[in-house]
Amino acid sequence: MTNIAAAASPPAETAALPTRLAKGFVDRLVIIVPYLWLLFFFLVPFIIVFKISLSQTAISMPPYTPVLDFSEGISGFFAGFRELNFDNYTWLTQDALYFNAYVTSLIIAAISTLLTLIVGYPIAYGMARAPATIRPTLLMLVILPFWTSFLIRVYAWIGILKPEGLLNQVLLSLHLISQPLVILNTYTAIFIGIVYSYLPFMVLPLYSSLEKMDYSLIEAAQDLGCPPTGAFWKITFPLSLPGVIAGCLLVFIPAVGEFVIPDLLGGSQTLMIGKTLWNEFFANRDWPVSSAVAVILLLVLTVPIMFFQQAQAKAQEQGK
Amino acid sequence: MNATWSRFNITSIVLGFAFLYLPIVLLIVFSFNESKLVTVWGGFSTKWYVSLFHNQGLMDATWVTARVGVISATVATVLGTLAAITLTRYTRFKGRVLFSGMVFAPLVMPEVITGLSLLLLFVAVGLDRGFFTVTLAHITFTMCFVAVVVQSRLVSFDRSLEEAAMDLGAPPVKTFFQITLPVIMPAIISGWMLAFTLSLDDLVIASFTSGPGATTLPMKIYSQVRLGVTPEINAACTILIAVVAVGVIIASIANKRREVQRQRDEQAAQRG
Repeated sequence: MTNIAAAASPPAETAALPTRLAKGFVDRLVIIVPYLWLLFFFLVPFIIVFKISLSQTAISMPPYTPVLDFSEGISGFFAGFRELNFDNYTWLTQDALYFNAYVTSLIIAAISTLLTLIVGYPIAYGMARAPATIRPTLLMLVILPFWTSFLIRVYAWIGILKPEGLLNQVLLSLHLISQPLVILNTYTAIFIGIVYSYLPFMVLPLYSSLEKMDYSLIEAAQDLGCPPTGAFWKITFPLSLPGVIAGCLLVFIPAVGEFVIPDLLGGSQTLMIGKTLWNEFFANRDWPVSSAVAVILLLVLTVPIMFFQQAQAKAQEQGK
Repeated sequence: MNATWSRFNITSIVLGFAFLYLPIVLLIVFSFNESKLVTVWGGFSTKWYVSLFHNQGLMDATWVTARVGVISATVATVLGTLAAITLTRYTRFKGRVLFSGMVFAPLVMPEVITGLSLLLLFVAVGLDRGFFTVTLAHITFTMCFVAVVVQSRLVSFDRSLEEAAMDLGAPPVKTFFQITLPVIMPAIISGWMLAFTLSLDDLVIASFTSGPGATTLPMKIYSQVRLGVTPEINAACTILIAVVAVGVIIASIANKRREVQRQRDEQAAQRG
C-alpha cells in the first residue's frame, strides 16, 4: 500500500501552482496559530513575571513600579535598566521562611513521589498481568477518579481525617486506638493527599510500560533458578524504568508547587512554596515578591521539566 | 497469563481501587445525610440538594463555570489539534524545539506559576479581569492536554490513506476534512472532554485570573470549604461527580459502538 502510494506520488508533487501555494499557506497557518498562541500566553507571561520580580512594591494598582517601559522609546528602555533591582531576591535569601518553604516543598514532593510509586507499582503490575479482556475496564477505573474534581477529592479527605472524622470513628470503635489520631493539619495529611490525588498519573505510565513487557523473560529467569524477587529486580523493574521515570516526574514536578493539598489538608502549620506564593500574592498583595518566588521555583524545576520533555520526545519517537 | 494473575495481583488491585474510590463514595453517601454534622449519620435526606438549588451564589458560579468550560474547551480543542498536527507532521521548522517545549511544559507546570504569570500578562496589556481572562487562561493550559491526546492518535495514523486520497486528486484541505479528521475524531472528542473537565476543576488558575462577577464553582466551593465542611458542599460535589461520570460513560459507550461498527465494516470489506 505504502509502496504504491509512494510510486504514484510524483503527480501530486507537480500539482498546479495555486494548489501548492494554498497548501504552503495552510501549512504555515497550522503551525503559526498555536505557535503564536503559546508564545503570547505561555512564554511572554514568564518574561513579564521576571520583569516584575525586579521591580519595587508600590501602593497602587497594579501594585508595582513599572520597569523597562517601551513607551519612552529606546533611551527610556535603557534608562530603565539602571532602575532594575534585585531587592526582592535579596529579601528572599534574607528571610529563612522562603528558603525553608522551598526545601520543605522539595522534600515533601520527593517523599510523596516515592510513596506514590510504592502504592502505584503493585496496582499497575496487577493490571498489566490481568486477563486481557478486563484490562480496558481496569484502565477506565483508574482514569475515572482523575475526571472527578481534584478539589472535591481533596475535600473528601477532610471528612475522613478530621479528629472526629470517619477514620478515627472506625479506629475508636474497633478499640485499636483510645485517643483520636491527629492527622489533619499535619504533613502526614499532605502525604496522603498527594499520593491519593496523583496516583493515576503514576499508575498510567507504569501500566503502559509493564503491559508491553515480555513476560516469558521472567519465566526463563525462573526456569534458570532465579527467585521471584531476584527476577523482579533484575528484569521487571529495569524494563519498567521508562514508566517509573515518567510517572515520578508527572507526580514530583506539580507536587513541588502544589497549593490546594497543603492549604486544605496541611493547615496553617505546614509550609510549602505554592502556599507561600499564594499568600504573598493574595494576602500580602506583594506582586514583585510573589513573582520572585515564582521565578526561583521555576529555576528549581527547570532540570526536572527538561528531563520530562526529553522523556516525552523519546516516547514520541518510539511511538512512530 | 491467567495462571500468573496471582492472589497478590488481585489483592493489590482491590486495595488500590478501594483507596481510589472509598473517599468519593463516602462523600456521596454523606451528601444524603439528614444531620448537619458531615461525619455523623442522621438518616436519609435530600434536603441539602433542595437548599443547594436555592443557593443563588452557587447557581451563578455553576453557570459561569459551564460557559467558561464549553468555550475554552472548544477553542482549546481546535488549537490543541493544530498543535498536535504540527508536532507530528512538521518535523523540521525553525523553533520546533521551543514549540514542543511550550506544549509539554504546561502539563507539569505548577498551577500557581501559570496562574500568576497569566494574571501579570493580563494586567500588563490592560485587560480587565473577569470571564474573558479566565477563559483565555483555561484555553492556554488545556490546549496542551488536547495536543498530547490527539498527538498519540496521529502517531499511529496510517498516512497511506491520506496519500491515496491526494493521489486520487483530493486537495490537502479536503483530504484533511474527509480522511484525517474522521479517523482522529475519537481522540479529538476525548481531548475536548479532558479540556472541559480540567476547566471545570480548576481552582488555582481561575483564582488568579478571575475578577469580580466571574466566580467559578471551584472558587465558590473553596471559599465555603475554608469556612467548614457542610453537607451542602457534599451535595454540590455529588452533582458534579454525577455529571462527569455520566459524560464519561456515554463517551465510552459511543466509542465502543464505533469500534464495533468499524470492525464490522472491515470484515465486510474483506469479504466483499
